Amino acid sequence: MCLGIPGKIVQVTDPENKLALVDVAGVRRQINIACIVDESHPAESCVGDWVLVHVGFAMIRVDENEAAKTLALLEELGNMQDELDAMRHSGRPDA
Amino acid sequence: MKYVDEFRDPGKAASLIKRIEELARKIDLGQARPLHIMEVCGGHTHTIFRYGIKQMLPEAMELVHGPGCPVCVLPMGRVDDCVALAEHPEVIFATFGDAMRVPGSKKSLLQARAEGADVRMVYSPLDALDLARRHPAREVVFFGLGFETTMPSTALTLLQAEREGIRNFSLFCNHITIIPTIKAILESPDLELDGFIGPGHVSMIIGMQPYRFIAEQYQKPLVITGFEPLDILQGIWMVLKQLAEGRHEIENQYQRIVPEEGNRTAQDAVNRVFELREFFEWRGLGSIDHSGVRVRKEYAWYDAERRFSIPNLKIADPKACECGDVLKGIIKPRECKVFGTSCTPETPLGALMVSSEGACAAYYTYGRTEIAKPGV
Amino acid sequence: MSIPPAGKMERPRTIHGNNGRFSGKTVTLAHGGGGKAMRDLIQDMFVERFDNPALALMEDQARMDLRDLRAHGNRMAFTTDSFVVDPLFFPGGDIGTLAVNGTVNDLAMSGAIPLYLSCGFILEEGLPLEILERVAESMRLACKAAGVAIVTGDTKVVHRGSADKLFINTAGIGVIAEGVDIASYKARTGDVVLANGYLGDHGVAILNARGDLALETAIESDCQPLNGLVQAMLAACGTIHCLRDATRGGVAAVLNEIAQSAGLGIRLDEAAIPLRPEVRGVCEILGLDPLYLANEGKLLAVVPAEYADAVLKAMQSHPAGKDSACIGEVMDQPEGTVILKTGFGGQRIVDMLVGEQLPRIC
Repeated sequence: MCLGIPGKIVQVTDPENKLALVDVAGVRRQINIACIVDESHPAESCVGDWVLVHVGFAMIRVDENEAAKTLALLEELGNMQDELDAMRHSGRPDA
Repeated sequence: MKYVDEFRDPGKAASLIKRIEELARKIDLGQARPLHIMEVCGGHTHTIFRYGIKQMLPEAMELVHGPGCPVCVLPMGRVDDCVALAEHPEVIFATFGDAMRVPGSKKSLLQARAEGADVRMVYSPLDALDLARRHPAREVVFFGLGFETTMPSTALTLLQAEREGIRNFSLFCNHITIIPTIKAILESPDLELDGFIGPGHVSMIIGMQPYRFIAEQYQKPLVITGFEPLDILQGIWMVLKQLAEGRHEIENQYQRIVPEEGNRTAQDAVNRVFELREFFEWRGLGSIDHSGVRVRKEYAWYDAERRFSIPNLKIADPKACECGDVLKGIIKPRECKVFGTSCTPETPLGALMVSSEGACAAYYTYGRTEIAKPGV
Repeated sequence: MSIPPAGKMERPRTIHGNNGRFSGKTVTLAHGGGGKAMRDLIQDMFVERFDNPALALMEDQARMDLRDLRAHGNRMAFTTDSFVVDPLFFPGGDIGTLAVNGTVNDLAMSGAIPLYLSCGFILEEGLPLEILERVAESMRLACKAAGVAIVTGDTKVVHRGSADKLFINTAGIGVIAEGVDIASYKARTGDVVLANGYLGDHGVAILNARGDLALETAIESDCQPLNGLVQAMLAACGTIHCLRDATRGGVAAVLNEIAQSAGLGIRLDEAAIPLRPEVRGVCEILGLDPLYLANEGKLLAVVPAEYADAVLKAMQSHPAGKDSACIGEVMDQPEGTVILKTGFGGQRIVDMLVGEQLPRIC
């Protein structure tokens, strides 16, 4: 139910039946892309997309911008902590 | 691996944990107990144990392992139904791997296979459909289980069968819904939960809207969270931040995967093929209204429950079983009287010991010896 | 009888005179009947191919001069194993290579020099002879690479349906040099745990070859003889404490056995465990733990800390150990338990598997 892994679509093998080849760390498998295909994203345009793979289906596209934002936030959380530590050690009150 | 390794970076863990510690210290809800945060989903339970996250967390908070493991909550009666289907000589019974070990009242699917039933493990429902294509003289029954995450793939497979005119394929539907489950937990009188780590992949399908009642009616925060260890730490941090600031909202930590509205295409496929059952039986939790789906009558041909006669008996859990209380977070696995004695992964009495995401199995396998807290 | 030194892997060949001799033919009950059909099969398929003086005598037993054994050491090591793998052929090997290397490695884990193998076949009626020939040829090449000889054997045929195509049993004799004393209980606190390369390849290759999971990967089985590697390791450290090959149950099974035998704890460092990206990928897709995957060319060594560098270097200089790494250490506590320091910094127990590892959906 939860086990999903991001992979990259490297080939659309059967646009009519919405089948594509996904690559996860060099391992390839045929997956069904019906969940990520619509008028604005026809099957053929999916090559190069990063998707979440679950039980042989691409469930959704990975939002690469959001991924970057989350990582940046995680980075920032780390930095803020260092700042707080520095302030504490210098004896100043917390902001 | 992209979008995976970055979220397993231990370098970012230390500071997140310090922030979690600080927040946990600050929060005072007037309770004489640690904060209780439930991770609903079996996949989260698995990550927590796999990476040893529990011991990294401060003592002021505790993780309570929820019932979001579809294999764990499979009632014995349904397993007996699976075995009965598999024992039809013309049937090829196709199932996900981890369901094969769940004990029924007499045997599991694995044991049925050892006795001659044609039970085959598949990774995808499409593989089951392929079995039907390759064996036209046999009846292929696919055992569909899982929450909303897995419903779209089952639904789309059924639609594909219809499109191709494949007639020797049917679905034994055991898909369950997450919202009634969470509601049942919230309604429990012994409930002692302060917040939730919400299921990331279910939400990828259903979006954020269905959880709003948790914040509005029950005033509990829920953060939809991803499955990598940094995701879980960040999710916990976000829940604690809400508690510290007196908020109760539905937030989304897993924004790279979960859109606010979920996946409409997937939802449409699900709604086309399935409808809610009035009630459905859960191991350990009993009967919950509207917590399962069945195949609509338009697709009756593909419904194994209509095509075959199954025992359909309600089998009670063994008396010694305290799975229900563990699932609701009332007791910890170690506090169950049969934990580790008559109930072990080798001889499971209840659902939570069967699947590797079950709280008891995870506790037993990964954490039964107290390991000293590592120097961070 | 002197044993030729281990040779390099060479390309398979058909025995002269047998070109196409087996094509289209299958194993029949007559081949196990003890009569001419059986004798011819044994002669053509095995004796000519395995080609050594002991076997050529076609007696009911092989006879070896004890002096040849004594030349290598003062104790004999003796082991047996049966091979029932399905499918028979997989990327990187087949049931034949497994049958030879499996037994060679079981001997090598005692520090023994493997010398002689026996080989018993149980054949299912209807098995194509060409398949048997391919397997026999693989065994010939594996023996050559390991420096061992198949000196005696047996062939039985069972009715169709009574065996799954082909089962092989091999037993092996080797000799342990004086002073070499390797055993699981000998692990000591402070010892390091070394592995000779990438883990999990065989398990993934077999999963893939079975076909039900429809994964495309170039991962091959790591099936190889380890006796040469072990001798190189012993040259660097005569007092290696433990050696085990990580076959069924993987690294987890072996280390748990060592920890329990020695009554000590073992801590693994997840970040140090060599895994190919594709093996990681398969494990992530299916929800498998690589520590439980089978290997057929990997050993784990428990070595006193002061020799760690020397042994590791010796391993890395040997073709069977190019990617060797230090993956853990032995500790006092917790007794009989294997702990993993996860790549994320936390810790968890690595337990023995209950039953087979099954892919998850959660």
